[in-house]
Amino acid sequence: MSGHDHGDDGVSRRKVLECMTWAGTGVLWTITGGVPRSLGIIDSAQAATAAASGMTFLQISDSHVGFDKPANPNALGTLEEAVNKINAMPAKPSFMIHTGDITHLSKAAEFDNAERIISQSKLDVHYVPGEHDFLDEDVKFYRERYGRGTRGAGWYSFDAGGVHFIGLVNVVDLKAGGLGNLGAEQLAWLEDDLRGKSKSTPIVLFAHIPLWTVYPEWGWGTEDGGRALEYVKGFGSVTVLNGHIHQVMQKVEGNVTFHTARSTAFPQPAPGTAPSPGPMKVEDARLRAMLGVASVNFKQNEQRLAIIDTPLQG
Amino acid sequence: MKILNRRDFGVAVAAAILLPATTARADDMDVHIDNFVFQPAELTVKVGTTVTWTNRDDIPHTVVSAGKFRSKTLDTDDKFSFTFTNAGDYKYFCSLHPHMTGMIKVE
Ligand SMILES: [Cu+2]
Repeated sequence: MSGHDHGDDGVSRRKVLECMTWAGTGVLWTITGGVPRSLGIIDSAQAATAAASGMTFLQISDSHVGFDKPANPNALGTLEEAVNKINAMPAKPSFMIHTGDITHLSKAAEFDNAERIISQSKLDVHYVPGEHDFLDEDVKFYRERYGRGTRGAGWYSFDAGGVHFIGLVNVVDLKAGGLGNLGAEQLAWLEDDLRGKSKSTPIVLFAHIPLWTVYPEWGWGTEDGGRALEYVKGFGSVTVLNGHIHQVMQKVEGNVTFHTARSTAFPQPAPGTAPSPGPMKVEDARLRAMLGVASVNFKQNEQRLAIIDTPLQG
Repeated sequence: MKILNRRDFGVAVAAAILLPATTARADDMDVHIDNFVFQPAELTVKVGTTVTWTNRDDIPHTVVSAGKFRSKTLDTDDKFSFTFTNAGDYKYFCSLHPHMTGMIKVE
C-alpha cells in the first residue's frame, strides 16, 4: 500500500481500489536459489516459469468458515472462489499452507465445510491453528483433523524442496493483557528442531498470529516471538508467514522476511485506523471490485518488498 | 399467554421471598463488549450482585477470571452471567484477545 500514488492522475480511483483490495486467494511462493520468493497467483506466466524452475507453494489464511455477518455473509463462498482460482492456475503448486482461523466458531460442521471446499484443490495442506479453531470445549476438532503427527498444541516441521518448514502454534495459553504466546515447551522444541541444521538451509516459519510486533494495542504480535526469531537468526534465509490481521504487511529485517497473508473471508482495518480490529464492512456493490490477490516480489538487496494488488473486477 | 404470565408471576414472587434484598434485580449490572472493549472496564458492585456480559461485536469473545469464572465462547449477542458472592477484586480478560481486560470490584 505504501508507494501508491493517490494523486489526481486519472488512475487514482483505481489505485485507491487497489489499495483496498482484500480477498486473498493466497500467495504463491517459489524457491529460487534457496530463497523463497512470493508471486501473485494470477500471474500465470510468472507462476508457470516458477513451477518450471523449482518448487512452488501457496499460502491461504483466515477462511473463517461459518462467519455470516454483513462484512461478508458468505465466507464459505469466497473460500470456494479462492479454491477455484487455485484450480485454474496453469501450474500446480507442490502444496499449500493454511495459517489458521479455518473456521469461525470451531463447530464440527464448519470444519466439515472447510474441508469439503479446500480438498477440491487436491493439494496437500499443512495447517496451523488460529484462535478461532480452538473454541470447542475440549479443543479436539482441530487436533483430531489436523493434529496427527504434531507435538503439543499442534506444532511440527517438515522438509520440502530443500527448505525446512516449521509450523508454530501461538494461540494457546494466552495471558491477560498479553499477546500471542508460544510457550517454553514449544520454544525448547524449536531450538532442538533447528539444532545441527546447516545455516544455509532456507527456513520458513509459519504461525497464525504475527511473530513480530505489528500493533500491540490490538494484540497483533507474539509475546515470546522474539525468542523464536533468536533461534533462526544465524540462518541465511528465513521467511516468516502468518495470517490473523487480514491484510498484507511485510518487512525485511536482516535475513528475515516477514509477510502476512490476506483473509479469504473479510477485511480488517489497518492498525489504529478504526476503533477496533473487527471486520471492516464495505458496500455490497463494491465488494467484488475489491476482491483480489497480492503479488509480492522479494527483490534481494532491496529493503522493501514490491506489492501489486490486483482486483478481480473493476 | 395468560397461563404463562401467571406462572412467571408466581416464580418472580417466590424468588423475591427467598432471596435477600441485595440480590434484587435493580442491583444487577451489565457489561457490554463493543469494539473489543469491556464497557465499563471497571465496575464496583455489592456482594450478591449478578453481572451479565453481552458480546455486541461481530467477533466471538470470552470472559475469563483465572480460577473464578470462565464463560463459553460468546458469539454475537450471546450473554454470560456470574453472581459475585464474595468480596474482592476480580480481574478478568478475553482469552481470545488477551489485550481485552476488565475488573469487577465486589464490596
Ligand atoms: Cu475477544
